[in-house]
Amino acid sequence: MATKSLKARHEALVMDNKQMEILNGGIFEDGELPYFKDKIAQTGQFPLRPKQLEILQINVGYMCNQVCEHCHVDAGPDRKEIMTRETMEMCLEVIRNTAAHTLDLTGGAPEMNPDFRWFVEEAAKAGIKDFIVRSNLTIIRANKKYYDLPQFFKKHNIHVISSMPHYTRGKTDKQRGEGVFDLSIKALQELNAVGYGMPGSSLRLDLVYNPSGAFLPGDQVAMERDFKKALKEDFEINFHNLFSITNLPIARFLDYLIASGNYEDYMYSLVEAYNPSAVANVMCTNTISVSWDGWLYDCDFNQMLGLKVASKIRHIRDYNEDILNDRNIIISQHCYGCTAGAGSSCQGSVT
Amino acid sequence: MADSYYDPADLRKFGNITDWSEELGTKFFEYYGKVFEEGALSAREKSLIALAVAHVVKCPYCIDAYTKDGLQKGITKEEMMEAVHAGAAIESGATLVHGVQMMNKYNKLSM
Ligand code: SF4
Ligand code: SF4
Repeated sequence: MATKSLKARHEALVMDNKQMEILNGGIFEDGELPYFKDKIAQTGQFPLRPKQLEILQINVGYMCNQVCEHCHVDAGPDRKEIMTRETMEMCLEVIRNTAAHTLDLTGGAPEMNPDFRWFVEEAAKAGIKDFIVRSNLTIIRANKKYYDLPQFFKKHNIHVISSMPHYTRGKTDKQRGEGVFDLSIKALQELNAVGYGMPGSSLRLDLVYNPSGAFLPGDQVAMERDFKKALKEDFEINFHNLFSITNLPIARFLDYLIASGNYEDYMYSLVEAYNPSAVANVMCTNTISVSWDGWLYDCDFNQMLGLKVASKIRHIRDYNEDILNDRNIIISQHCYGCTAGAGSSCQGSVT
Repeated sequence: MADSYYDPADLRKFGNITDWSEELGTKFFEYYGKVFEEGALSAREKSLIALAVAHVVKCPYCIDAYTKDGLQKGITKEEMMEAVHAGAAIESGATLVHGVQMMNKYNKLSM
Protein backbone atom coordinates (compact mmCIF):
# COMPACT_ATOMS: atom_id res chain seq x y z
CA MET A 1 0.00 0.00 0.00
CA ALA A 2 1.37 3.41 -1.01
CA THR A 3 2.01 5.91 1.74
CA LYS A 4 2.47 8.90 -0.53
CA SER A 5 0.18 10.68 -2.96
CA LEU A 6 0.87 10.40 -6.70
CA LYS A 7 1.69 14.07 -6.59
CA ALA A 8 4.41 13.56 -3.98
CA ARG A 9 5.72 10.69 -6.11
CA HIS A 10 5.77 13.12 -9.07
CA GLU A 11 3.71 10.71 -11.14
CA ALA A 12 3.10 12.04 -14.63
CA LEU A 13 -0.50 10.82 -14.49
CA VAL A 14 -1.73 13.51 -12.14
CA MET A 15 -0.51 16.18 -14.47
CA ASP A 16 -4.02 16.99 -15.63
CA ASN A 17 -3.43 16.79 -19.32
CA LYS A 18 -2.11 13.29 -19.01
CA GLN A 19 -5.37 12.12 -17.40
CA MET A 20 -7.44 13.89 -20.02
CA GLU A 21 -5.27 12.40 -22.74
CA ILE A 22 -6.00 8.93 -21.44
CA LEU A 23 -9.72 9.58 -21.01
CA ASN A 24 -10.06 11.04 -24.50
CA GLY A 25 -7.68 8.66 -26.27
CA GLY A 26 -7.29 4.91 -26.64
CA ILE A 27 -10.51 2.92 -26.97
CA PHE A 28 -12.54 6.13 -27.29
CA GLU A 29 -10.37 7.66 -29.96
CA ASP A 30 -10.37 4.37 -31.88
CA GLY A 31 -14.15 4.43 -31.90
CA GLU A 32 -14.33 1.15 -29.97
CA LEU A 33 -16.40 2.94 -27.33
CA PRO A 34 -18.51 6.07 -27.84
CA TYR A 35 -17.55 9.43 -26.35
CA PHE A 36 -19.78 10.48 -23.45
CA LYS A 37 -20.99 13.53 -25.34
CA ASP A 38 -22.19 11.38 -28.25
CA LYS A 39 -23.87 8.98 -25.89
CA ILE A 40 -25.89 11.68 -24.12
CA ALA A 41 -26.61 13.37 -27.44
CA GLN A 42 -28.56 10.24 -28.46
CA THR A 43 -31.21 11.20 -25.91
CA GLY A 44 -30.95 14.91 -26.59
CA GLN A 45 -29.11 15.64 -23.36
CA PHE A 46 -26.07 17.36 -24.85
CA PRO A 47 -24.97 19.92 -23.83
CA LEU A 48 -25.47 19.02 -20.21
CA ARG A 49 -26.99 21.96 -18.31
CA PRO A 50 -27.45 22.66 -14.60
CA LYS A 51 -30.89 22.70 -12.99
CA GLN A 52 -31.72 24.48 -9.75
CA LEU A 53 -28.62 24.68 -7.51
CA GLU A 54 -29.17 22.57 -4.40
CA ILE A 55 -25.75 21.64 -3.09
CA LEU A 56 -22.68 23.68 -2.42
CA GLN A 57 -19.76 21.32 -2.03
CA ILE A 58 -16.62 22.82 -0.59
CA ASN A 59 -13.31 21.02 -0.61
CA VAL A 60 -11.36 22.49 2.30
CA GLY A 61 -8.08 20.78 1.39
CA TYR A 62 -6.42 17.70 0.00
CA MET A 63 -4.57 16.76 3.17
CA CYS A 64 -5.68 13.45 4.63
CA ASN A 65 -4.53 11.05 7.33
CA GLN A 66 -5.15 8.19 4.90
CA VAL A 67 -3.77 7.37 1.45
CA CYS A 68 -6.56 5.17 0.07
CA GLU A 69 -5.70 3.34 -3.08
CA HIS A 70 -8.86 4.39 -4.92
CA CYS A 71 -8.77 8.08 -3.96
CA HIS A 72 -9.84 10.36 -6.82
CA VAL A 73 -8.50 13.35 -4.87
CA ASP A 74 -5.01 11.82 -4.60
CA ALA A 75 -5.22 12.96 -0.98
CA GLY A 76 -2.66 12.17 1.69
CA PRO A 77 -0.61 13.51 4.58
CA ASP A 78 1.83 15.06 2.12
CA ARG A 79 -0.71 17.27 0.34
CA LYS A 80 -0.30 20.90 1.26
CA GLU A 81 -3.34 22.36 -0.50
CA ILE A 82 -5.41 23.72 2.39
CA MET A 83 -8.18 26.32 2.29
CA THR A 84 -7.21 29.53 4.07
CA ARG A 85 -9.49 31.46 6.40
CA GLU A 86 -9.60 34.21 3.82
CA THR A 87 -11.10 31.86 1.23
CA MET A 88 -13.44 30.48 3.89
CA GLU A 89 -14.70 34.03 4.50
CA MET A 90 -15.60 34.27 0.83
CA CYS A 91 -17.36 30.90 1.05
CA LEU A 92 -19.32 32.06 4.10
CA GLU A 93 -20.51 35.09 2.21
CA VAL A 94 -21.89 32.74 -0.45
CA ILE A 95 -23.32 30.27 2.07
CA ARG A 96 -25.32 33.09 3.69
CA ASN A 97 -26.89 34.06 0.40
CA THR A 98 -27.15 30.91 -1.66
CA ALA A 99 -30.39 29.26 -2.73
CA ALA A 100 -28.75 25.87 -2.11
CA HIS A 101 -30.27 23.91 0.78
CA THR A 102 -27.25 21.67 1.35
CA LEU A 103 -23.69 22.47 2.31
CA ASP A 104 -21.25 19.61 1.87
CA LEU A 105 -17.72 19.84 3.26
CA THR A 106 -15.21 17.43 1.87
CA GLY A 107 -11.48 16.93 1.41
CA GLY A 108 -9.03 15.15 2.06
CA ALA A 109 -9.97 14.90 5.67
CA PRO A 110 -11.78 18.23 6.18
CA GLU A 111 -11.11 18.04 9.91
CA MET A 112 -7.38 18.46 9.26
CA ASN A 113 -7.84 22.01 8.04
CA PRO A 114 -6.68 24.15 11.01
CA ASP A 115 -9.70 26.44 10.58
CA PHE A 116 -12.21 23.62 10.16
CA ARG A 117 -14.01 24.11 13.47
CA TRP A 118 -14.21 27.85 13.10
CA PHE A 119 -15.61 27.41 9.61
CA VAL A 120 -18.24 24.90 10.75
CA GLU A 121 -19.32 27.17 13.60
CA GLU A 122 -19.68 30.15 11.30
CA ALA A 123 -21.38 28.20 8.51
CA ALA A 124 -23.84 26.59 10.94
CA LYS A 125 -25.10 30.08 11.82
CA ALA A 126 -26.26 30.57 8.24
CA GLY A 127 -29.09 28.11 8.92
CA ILE A 128 -28.48 25.77 5.99
CA LYS A 129 -31.00 22.94 6.00
CA ASP A 130 -28.60 20.05 5.54
CA PHE A 131 -25.00 20.55 6.64
CA ILE A 132 -22.83 17.60 5.64
CA VAL A 133 -19.29 16.79 6.69
CA ARG A 134 -17.62 13.91 4.88
CA SER A 135 -15.56 12.30 7.60
CA ASN A 136 -13.34 9.32 6.91
CA LEU A 137 -13.97 7.92 10.43
CA THR A 138 -10.34 7.06 11.25
CA ILE A 139 -9.62 10.77 11.70
CA ILE A 140 -11.78 10.65 14.81
CA ARG A 141 -9.31 8.18 16.31
CA ALA A 142 -6.15 9.55 14.64
CA ASN A 143 -5.12 11.94 17.38
CA LYS A 144 -6.41 13.06 20.78
CA LYS A 145 -7.33 16.47 19.39
CA TYR A 146 -9.97 14.80 17.23
CA TYR A 147 -11.51 12.54 19.89
CA ASP A 148 -14.29 15.01 20.62
CA LEU A 149 -15.38 15.31 16.99
CA PRO A 150 -18.60 13.31 17.55
CA GLN A 151 -19.62 15.84 20.22
CA PHE A 152 -18.61 18.73 18.02
CA PHE A 153 -20.64 17.37 15.10
CA LYS A 154 -23.60 16.88 17.38
CA LYS A 155 -23.41 20.40 18.73
CA HIS A 156 -23.73 21.83 15.23
CA ASN A 157 -26.22 19.24 14.03
CA ILE A 158 -23.84 18.07 11.32
CA HIS A 159 -24.96 15.34 8.97
CA VAL A 160 -22.03 12.91 8.98
CA ILE A 161 -21.30 10.90 5.85
CA SER A 162 -18.50 8.40 6.17
CA SER A 163 -16.84 5.93 3.90
CA MET A 164 -16.79 2.24 4.73
CA PRO A 165 -15.73 0.04 1.84
CA HIS A 166 -16.89 -3.21 3.37
CA TYR A 167 -18.17 -4.80 6.53
CA THR A 168 -15.21 -7.16 6.65
CA ARG A 169 -11.75 -6.25 7.86
CA GLY A 170 -9.85 -7.74 4.91
CA LYS A 171 -11.53 -5.77 2.16
CA THR A 172 -11.55 -2.52 4.10
CA ASP A 173 -7.89 -2.64 5.00
CA LYS A 174 -6.86 -3.60 1.48
CA GLN A 175 -8.46 -0.48 0.04
CA ARG A 176 -7.86 1.99 2.81
CA GLY A 177 -4.83 0.75 4.71
CA GLU A 178 -3.87 -1.58 7.55
CA GLY A 179 -5.89 -1.04 10.71
CA VAL A 180 -8.49 1.20 9.06
CA PHE A 181 -11.29 -1.26 9.70
CA ASP A 182 -10.81 -1.47 13.46
CA LEU A 183 -10.46 2.29 13.79
CA SER A 184 -13.55 2.87 11.68
CA ILE A 185 -15.57 0.48 13.80
CA LYS A 186 -14.43 2.26 16.95
CA ALA A 187 -15.33 5.64 15.44
CA LEU A 188 -18.77 4.42 14.38
CA GLN A 189 -19.42 3.13 17.89
CA GLU A 190 -18.48 6.52 19.27
CA LEU A 191 -20.79 8.29 16.85
CA ASN A 192 -23.57 5.91 17.87
CA ALA A 193 -22.81 6.62 21.53
CA VAL A 194 -23.67 10.32 21.13
CA GLY A 195 -26.80 9.45 19.16
CA TYR A 196 -25.58 9.45 15.56
CA GLY A 197 -27.14 6.90 13.25
CA MET A 198 -29.54 5.51 15.87
CA PRO A 199 -33.00 4.49 14.68
CA GLY A 200 -35.25 7.55 14.72
CA SER A 201 -32.39 9.89 15.63
CA SER A 202 -32.22 13.25 13.88
CA LEU A 203 -28.43 13.05 14.01
CA ARG A 204 -27.86 11.64 10.53
CA LEU A 205 -25.08 9.16 9.97
CA ASP A 206 -24.84 7.72 6.48
CA LEU A 207 -22.19 5.45 5.07
CA VAL A 208 -20.61 5.48 1.66
CA TYR A 209 -19.66 2.27 0.00
CA ASN A 210 -17.38 2.20 -2.99
CA PRO A 211 -15.97 -0.94 -4.52
CA SER A 212 -12.46 -1.97 -3.54
CA GLY A 213 -11.33 -2.84 -7.05
CA ALA A 214 -12.09 -2.69 -10.74
CA PHE A 215 -15.78 -3.49 -10.52
CA LEU A 216 -19.02 -1.56 -10.17
CA PRO A 217 -21.06 -1.24 -6.99
CA GLY A 218 -24.02 -3.54 -6.58
CA ASP A 219 -27.59 -2.56 -5.92
CA GLN A 220 -27.69 0.08 -3.19
CA VAL A 221 -30.69 -1.37 -1.39
CA ALA A 222 -29.22 -4.87 -1.22
CA MET A 223 -25.83 -3.54 -0.11
CA GLU A 224 -27.47 -1.47 2.61
CA ARG A 225 -29.30 -4.54 3.87
CA ASP A 226 -26.07 -6.56 3.99
CA PHE A 227 -24.10 -3.77 5.69
CA LYS A 228 -26.82 -3.17 8.27
CA LYS A 229 -27.10 -6.80 9.15
CA ALA A 230 -23.35 -7.42 9.43
CA LEU A 231 -22.46 -4.24 11.32
CA LYS A 232 -25.34 -4.76 13.74
CA GLU A 233 -24.67 -8.43 14.39
CA ASP A 234 -20.91 -8.18 14.66
CA PHE A 235 -20.41 -4.77 16.27
CA GLU A 236 -23.78 -3.44 17.46
CA ILE A 237 -23.41 -0.53 15.02
CA ASN A 238 -26.33 1.49 13.64
CA PHE A 239 -26.40 3.87 10.73
CA HIS A 240 -29.10 5.41 8.56
CA ASN A 241 -28.47 5.01 4.84
CA LEU A 242 -25.82 3.47 2.67
CA PHE A 243 -24.84 5.31 -0.51
CA SER A 244 -23.18 3.18 -3.08
CA ILE A 245 -20.78 5.17 -5.22
CA THR A 246 -18.99 4.16 -8.39
CA ASN A 247 -15.24 4.80 -8.54
CA LEU A 248 -14.45 7.24 -11.32
CA PRO A 249 -11.31 6.73 -13.40
CA ILE A 250 -9.45 9.69 -11.94
CA ALA A 251 -6.13 10.10 -10.07
CA ARG A 252 -5.18 7.10 -7.94
CA PHE A 253 -8.06 4.95 -9.13
CA LEU A 254 -7.07 5.61 -12.74
CA ASP A 255 -3.47 4.84 -11.85
CA TYR A 256 -4.59 1.57 -10.26
CA LEU A 257 -6.73 0.63 -13.27
CA ILE A 258 -3.85 1.15 -15.66
CA ALA A 259 -1.22 -0.53 -13.47
CA SER A 260 -3.42 -3.58 -12.90
CA GLY A 261 -4.35 -3.94 -16.58
CA ASN A 262 -8.03 -3.28 -15.83
CA TYR A 263 -8.51 0.11 -17.48
CA GLU A 264 -10.14 -1.00 -20.73
CA ASP A 265 -12.38 -3.60 -19.13
CA TYR A 266 -13.48 -1.08 -16.52
CA MET A 267 -14.37 1.51 -19.16
CA TYR A 268 -16.29 -1.19 -21.03
CA SER A 269 -18.22 -2.03 -17.87
CA LEU A 270 -19.08 1.63 -17.32
CA VAL A 271 -20.23 2.16 -20.89
CA GLU A 272 -22.18 -1.12 -20.91
CA ALA A 273 -23.96 -0.09 -17.71
CA TYR A 274 -24.77 3.35 -19.15
CA ASN A 275 -28.25 4.35 -18.06
CA PRO A 276 -29.73 7.29 -19.98
CA SER A 277 -32.22 8.01 -17.21
CA ALA A 278 -29.37 8.65 -14.77
CA VAL A 279 -28.10 11.54 -16.89
CA ALA A 280 -30.81 13.97 -15.85
CA ASN A 281 -29.80 13.63 -12.20
CA VAL A 282 -26.03 13.55 -12.28
CA MET A 283 -24.52 15.51 -9.46
CA CYS A 284 -23.25 18.42 -11.54
CA THR A 285 -26.84 19.32 -12.44
CA ASN A 286 -27.53 20.53 -8.88
CA THR A 287 -24.09 21.06 -7.35
CA ILE A 288 -21.26 23.54 -7.46
CA SER A 289 -17.87 22.40 -6.26
CA VAL A 290 -15.42 24.86 -4.70
CA SER A 291 -11.74 24.02 -4.43
CA TRP A 292 -9.41 24.83 -1.52
CA ASP A 293 -8.20 27.90 -3.42
CA GLY A 294 -11.68 29.13 -4.27
CA TRP A 295 -12.06 28.06 -7.90
CA LEU A 296 -15.41 26.77 -9.07
CA TYR A 297 -16.06 23.42 -10.75
CA ASP A 298 -19.03 21.39 -11.99
CA CYS A 299 -18.14 18.65 -9.51
CA ASP A 300 -15.34 17.35 -7.30
CA PHE A 301 -14.19 15.07 -10.13
CA ASN A 302 -13.78 17.92 -12.59
CA GLN A 303 -11.94 19.74 -9.82
CA MET A 304 -9.39 16.94 -9.66
CA LEU A 305 -9.03 17.01 -13.43
CA GLY A 306 -8.48 20.78 -13.31
CA LEU A 307 -11.58 21.52 -15.42
CA LYS A 308 -12.90 24.84 -14.10
CA VAL A 309 -16.50 25.82 -14.88
CA ALA A 310 -17.22 27.15 -18.34
CA SER A 311 -18.60 30.45 -17.10
CA LYS A 312 -17.35 33.94 -16.75
CA ILE A 313 -17.78 33.41 -13.00
CA ARG A 314 -14.95 31.08 -12.13
CA HIS A 315 -13.92 32.04 -8.62
CA ILE A 316 -15.83 32.21 -5.34
CA ARG A 317 -14.82 35.86 -4.91
CA ASP A 318 -16.92 36.77 -7.97
CA TYR A 319 -19.75 34.36 -7.14
CA ASN A 320 -23.05 35.02 -8.86
CA GLU A 321 -25.48 32.14 -8.84
CA ASP A 322 -27.61 33.26 -11.76
CA ILE A 323 -24.74 33.78 -14.12
CA LEU A 324 -23.05 30.61 -12.93
CA ASN A 325 -26.15 28.49 -13.41
CA ASP A 326 -26.36 29.56 -17.03
CA ARG A 327 -23.52 27.39 -18.28
CA ASN A 328 -22.70 24.17 -20.07
CA ILE A 329 -21.23 21.45 -17.88
CA ILE A 330 -17.80 20.19 -18.89
CA ILE A 331 -17.92 16.47 -19.54
CA SER A 332 -15.55 13.74 -20.59
CA GLN A 333 -15.35 9.97 -20.45
CA HIS A 334 -14.99 9.89 -16.65
CA CYS A 335 -18.66 10.97 -16.58
CA TYR A 336 -19.65 7.42 -17.50
CA GLY A 337 -18.95 6.69 -13.82
CA CYS A 338 -21.94 8.85 -12.86
CA THR A 339 -24.38 7.21 -15.27
CA ALA A 340 -23.59 3.52 -14.79
CA GLY A 341 -26.44 1.34 -13.52
CA ALA A 342 -28.56 3.22 -11.03
CA GLY A 343 -26.20 6.20 -11.42
CA SER A 344 -23.79 7.54 -8.86
CA SER A 345 -23.33 10.77 -6.98
CA CYS A 346 -22.04 11.89 -3.61
CA GLN A 347 -25.54 11.03 -2.36
CA GLY A 348 -25.41 7.54 -3.87
CA SER A 349 -27.70 6.27 -6.63
CA VAL A 350 -29.59 8.86 -8.65
CA THR A 351 -32.43 6.82 -10.16
CA MET B 1 -8.36 -14.80 -35.85
CA ALA B 2 -7.32 -15.45 -32.27
CA ASP B 3 -4.66 -18.08 -31.78
CA SER B 4 -6.37 -19.63 -28.78
CA TYR B 5 -9.88 -20.96 -28.22
CA TYR B 6 -10.69 -18.60 -25.39
CA ASP B 7 -10.11 -14.84 -25.61
CA PRO B 8 -11.25 -12.80 -22.57
CA ALA B 9 -12.28 -9.96 -24.91
CA ASP B 10 -14.87 -12.32 -26.48
CA LEU B 11 -16.97 -12.10 -23.34
CA ARG B 12 -17.82 -8.48 -24.22
CA LYS B 13 -19.11 -9.73 -27.57
CA PHE B 14 -21.51 -12.24 -26.06
CA GLY B 15 -24.44 -10.05 -27.09
CA ASN B 16 -23.41 -10.43 -30.73
CA ILE B 17 -24.89 -13.94 -30.88
CA THR B 18 -28.16 -12.11 -31.47
CA ASP B 19 -26.81 -10.84 -34.82
CA TRP B 20 -27.15 -14.24 -36.43
CA SER B 21 -30.42 -15.20 -34.82
CA GLU B 22 -32.27 -12.16 -33.65
CA GLU B 23 -35.32 -13.88 -32.21
CA LEU B 24 -33.62 -16.67 -30.32
CA GLY B 25 -30.81 -14.43 -29.11
CA THR B 26 -33.20 -11.80 -27.82
CA LYS B 27 -35.40 -14.37 -26.13
CA PHE B 28 -32.37 -15.95 -24.49
CA PHE B 29 -31.07 -12.66 -23.08
CA GLU B 30 -34.52 -11.70 -21.83
CA TYR B 31 -34.80 -15.03 -20.09
CA TYR B 32 -31.26 -14.78 -18.74
CA GLY B 33 -31.85 -11.31 -17.34
CA LYS B 34 -35.09 -12.38 -15.71
CA VAL B 35 -33.52 -15.43 -14.09
CA PHE B 36 -31.00 -13.33 -12.20
CA GLU B 37 -33.43 -10.76 -10.84
CA GLU B 38 -34.41 -10.80 -7.17
CA GLY B 39 -37.12 -13.39 -6.68
CA ALA B 40 -37.78 -16.11 -4.15
CA LEU B 41 -33.98 -16.30 -4.14
CA SER B 42 -31.98 -13.11 -3.71
CA ALA B 43 -29.79 -11.89 -6.57
CA ARG B 44 -26.87 -12.58 -4.25
CA GLU B 45 -27.81 -16.25 -3.78
CA LYS B 46 -28.29 -16.67 -7.50
CA SER B 47 -24.91 -15.16 -8.20
CA LEU B 48 -23.27 -17.76 -5.94
CA ILE B 49 -25.17 -20.58 -7.62
CA ALA B 50 -24.07 -19.26 -11.02
CA LEU B 51 -20.48 -19.16 -9.82
CA ALA B 52 -20.62 -22.77 -8.63
CA VAL B 53 -22.19 -23.93 -11.91
CA ALA B 54 -19.66 -21.91 -13.91
CA HIS B 55 -16.94 -24.01 -12.32
CA VAL B 56 -18.75 -27.26 -12.86
CA VAL B 57 -19.32 -26.56 -16.56
CA LYS B 58 -15.78 -25.12 -16.61
CA CYS B 59 -16.70 -22.00 -18.54
CA PRO B 60 -13.88 -19.44 -18.21
CA TYR B 61 -16.15 -16.63 -19.38
CA CYS B 62 -18.74 -17.42 -16.73
CA ILE B 63 -16.06 -17.72 -14.04
CA ASP B 64 -14.76 -14.23 -14.91
CA ALA B 65 -18.27 -12.84 -15.13
CA TYR B 66 -19.55 -14.27 -11.86
CA THR B 67 -16.41 -13.53 -9.88
CA LYS B 68 -16.87 -9.90 -10.87
CA ASP B 69 -20.60 -10.10 -10.24
CA GLY B 70 -19.90 -11.50 -6.78
CA LEU B 71 -17.51 -8.65 -6.00
CA GLN B 72 -20.15 -6.20 -7.15
CA LYS B 73 -22.66 -7.76 -4.82
CA GLY B 74 -20.26 -7.59 -1.88
CA ILE B 75 -19.82 -11.37 -1.75
CA THR B 76 -16.64 -12.32 0.11
CA LYS B 77 -13.92 -14.57 -1.25
CA GLU B 78 -14.65 -17.13 1.46
CA GLU B 79 -18.27 -17.33 0.29
CA MET B 80 -17.14 -17.66 -3.31
CA MET B 81 -14.74 -20.48 -2.51
CA GLU B 82 -17.39 -22.33 -0.51
CA ALA B 83 -19.73 -22.07 -3.49
CA VAL B 84 -17.03 -23.57 -5.72
CA HIS B 85 -16.65 -26.42 -3.24
CA ALA B 86 -20.40 -26.99 -3.24
CA GLY B 87 -20.22 -27.36 -7.02
CA ALA B 88 -17.15 -29.56 -6.83
CA ALA B 89 -18.73 -31.78 -4.16
CA ILE B 90 -21.80 -32.38 -6.32
CA GLU B 91 -19.62 -33.02 -9.32
CA SER B 92 -17.38 -35.51 -7.54
CA GLY B 93 -20.40 -37.00 -5.78
CA ALA B 94 -22.00 -37.51 -9.17
CA THR B 95 -18.89 -39.40 -10.26
CA LEU B 96 -18.67 -41.44 -7.09
CA VAL B 97 -22.34 -42.38 -6.91
CA HIS B 98 -21.74 -44.20 -10.21
CA GLY B 99 -19.48 -46.38 -8.12
CA VAL B 100 -22.68 -48.08 -7.00
CA GLN B 101 -23.44 -48.95 -10.62
CA MET B 102 -19.92 -50.35 -10.92
CA MET B 103 -20.46 -52.40 -7.75
CA ASN B 104 -23.83 -53.65 -9.00
CA LYS B 105 -22.37 -54.72 -12.32
CA TYR B 106 -19.39 -56.30 -10.62
CA ASN B 107 -21.59 -58.28 -8.31
CA LYS B 108 -23.90 -59.36 -11.09
CA LEU B 109 -21.06 -60.57 -13.22
CA SER B 110 -19.21 -62.30 -10.41
CA MET B 111 -19.99 -65.77 -9.08
S1 SF4 C 1 -10.55 8.40 -0.15
FE1 SF4 C 1 -11.03 9.87 1.46
S2 SF4 C 1 -10.04 9.02 3.28
FE2 SF4 C 1 -9.13 8.02 1.52
S3 SF4 C 1 -7.30 9.24 1.02
FE3 SF4 C 1 -8.98 10.01 -0.22
S4 SF4 C 1 -9.83 11.70 0.95
FE4 SF4 C 1 -8.62 10.47 2.35
S1 SF4 D 1 -18.13 13.52 -13.48
FE1 SF4 D 1 -18.89 15.50 -12.84
S2 SF4 D 1 -19.37 16.52 -14.75
FE2 SF4 D 1 -19.26 14.37 -15.21
S3 SF4 D 1 -21.36 13.63 -15.00
FE3 SF4 D 1 -20.32 13.27 -13.07
S4 SF4 D 1 -20.85 15.05 -11.86
FE4 SF4 D 1 -21.24 15.59 -14.00
